[in-house]
Amino acid sequence: MTYEVTVDGKPHRLEIEKAEDAWMCRLDGQEIRVDAILARRDVLSLLVDGHSYEVKREQTATDLHLWVGSTRYGVEVRDPRSLRSRRDGAGDEKGPKKIVASMPGRVVRLLVGEGAEVEAGQGIVVVEAMKMQNEIKSPKKGVVQKLMATNGATVNAGDVLAIVE
Amino acid sequence: MFKKILIANRGEIAVRVIRACREMGIATVAVYSDVDRAALHVRKADEAYPIGPAPAAESYLRADKILEVAQRSGAEAIHPGYGFLSENAQFARACNDAGVKFIGPTPESMEMMGSKTRARQEMEKAGVPFVPGTSRGLQSPEEGEQAAERIGYPVMLKAAAGGGGKGMRLVHTREQLRSALEAAQSEAQRSFGDSEVYVEKAIVNPRHIEMQVLADERGNTVWLGERECSIQRRHQKVLEESPSPIVDPDMRRRMGEVAVRVARAARYTNAGTVEFLVDQQKNFYFLEMNTRLQVEHPVTELITGLDLVHLQIRIANGEKLPFAQQEVKIRGHAIECRIYAEDPDNNYFPSPGRITLLLAPSGPGIRRDSGMYEGWTVPIDYDPLLAKLIGYGTDRQQAIMRLQRALYEYFVAGIKTNISLFQRILRDPDFQAGTFDTGYLDRLLARGNSDDSAAEAGPAMAAIAAGLFSILDPQSVQGKNGSGASSAAPSNSSAWKQKGRSGALR
Repeated sequence: MTYEVTVDGKPHRLEIEKAEDAWMCRLDGQEIRVDAILARRDVLSLLVDGHSYEVKREQTATDLHLWVGSTRYGVEVRDPRSLRSRRDGAGDEKGPKKIVASMPGRVVRLLVGEGAEVEAGQGIVVVEAMKMQNEIKSPKKGVVQKLMATNGATVNAGDVLAIVE
Repeated sequence: MFKKILIANRGEIAVRVIRACREMGIATVAVYSDVDRAALHVRKADEAYPIGPAPAAESYLRADKILEVAQRSGAEAIHPGYGFLSENAQFARACNDAGVKFIGPTPESMEMMGSKTRARQEMEKAGVPFVPGTSRGLQSPEEGEQAAERIGYPVMLKAAAGGGGKGMRLVHTREQLRSALEAAQSEAQRSFGDSEVYVEKAIVNPRHIEMQVLADERGNTVWLGERECSIQRRHQKVLEESPSPIVDPDMRRRMGEVAVRVARAARYTNAGTVEFLVDQQKNFYFLEMNTRLQVEHPVTELITGLDLVHLQIRIANGEKLPFAQQEVKIRGHAIECRIYAEDPDNNYFPSPGRITLLLAPSGPGIRRDSGMYEGWTVPIDYDPLLAKLIGYGTDRQQAIMRLQRALYEYFVAGIKTNISLFQRILRDPDFQAGTFDTGYLDRLLARGNSDDSAAEAGPAMAAIAAGLFSILDPQSVQGKNGSGASSAAPSNSSAWKQKGRSGALR
């Protein structure tokens, strides 16, 4: 198995093969023998050269995080042989940009209407959770092409609130 | 003794009180709002009844509905926890009228302490130390200058009707006073329709230290040691400890005696807390009294060996305090971390949602009072406090090390928590040296994070684990993390298909 793995923005090439009682991993050309056990869903116990690492996985609506001990790493995994393409326009500066809710809450105010011109960093909607209000801002200068958020609506993390073109 | 108690609260404090009741052989009645059917306190209680929709004003603050449940279930007493109705004198009175014992002080004590001016008048009579000042409006700039001269610069000008920092001015020198007074008066007029401004000594970099008191209904009042609560953010306490690193036995005794005097002046009964502001010379000044059980009560329990909730219930039952002041012994050191559903990457904004993974610490010297569990969805409607992690040790250093160890074991996924914040605080040299004040946490956060605790092999292990997870535990598609009931359901891609795909590639 070959993977392209990005850890905190840094790309790595990873090959994994099953050995008799362990996994032979080649990380950027370096051979590492790993004894791995899935302790429970989302928790891996790794033994490398006698060193023990507990790795926890957290998948959010938008990101994959792996925690080694109590340190968090932002991770992207791509399997080059998979037909699926990971490019879905995220991170692209050009073209329409989706504005998503980063956490669940309730829409309490719309700050602009559809068709409004907005600056980068300008507030689009206000989402309230646990008595605190959070202004969701436009990531770029442009025009509010579509406003999905409605006043009083409950939103989940990852829900698209608006599209700025 | 009561046979059945209703707990008019939710979350970790409701669970805390239910546990005490079970230990004492008392049956428990929980109440819950529509979004709290699956909450932990409902599962732990002997009985549970719905009291209305999610907004607290329509459920946990509805005295009438709660009293109706008490009558229906035959509960003889109500424990209000903290927040919600706990400091509501009208509710305490309504309980009395309904023949249900309110576990807390009398409505009269609550009313006296609820009004700042009345509390100050009563406390002045009792000889309680206040921040020096005029405590009535200044008639002229000359009067202000004379008063400031007497109490010493810097001084704070404060609107009598004030709040929220409006009509407040910090004045360092005599030259600044006249214009600052005019500005404060006009701002007070605009904000509150009342231009009355008084002058008080400005306490620079104060500490916030409070004293636990306990009073039975037969006239016995004791103090149980202080709690250091200076680690705050947005006026919200984040970490508390007992004893305070700056309080010695003599200062503790003096603070304790003042706190008992405050409680006696208010004819106070049950558990209460007297808050003080402490300046750099360790002078302490009365701030206010909290007429309820505090969030941070466990640190006092650990260093005194007492169970405050047991004692609250016994006092409400009319029993005499089972010990005298000289029998109260303080032993060891305890520190509490308030685990909030907050996102450290997003300015600590609340982060409710479904908890997908929860690994909880335990072991020597660790107490965890929690209202959450894996698979539970934290509702968006209430306070973000999820749990309290309390470390106990022979001394402060051991308590810190134990908490660091426990925080390393603590892991919550699906929602964001402030667990990493405590790792930062506990390894900070200023915190470890005990030198901090109420501005400490904002300064720490402004400095940025320099975490050198990461393992050298961390990034490599993360990369390898990413590959091994896709082989051993494939689940590239997950339900969205949300507050809705649908959040647990997998979406378009089936786990079988994933499994087959990864198998074919092996």
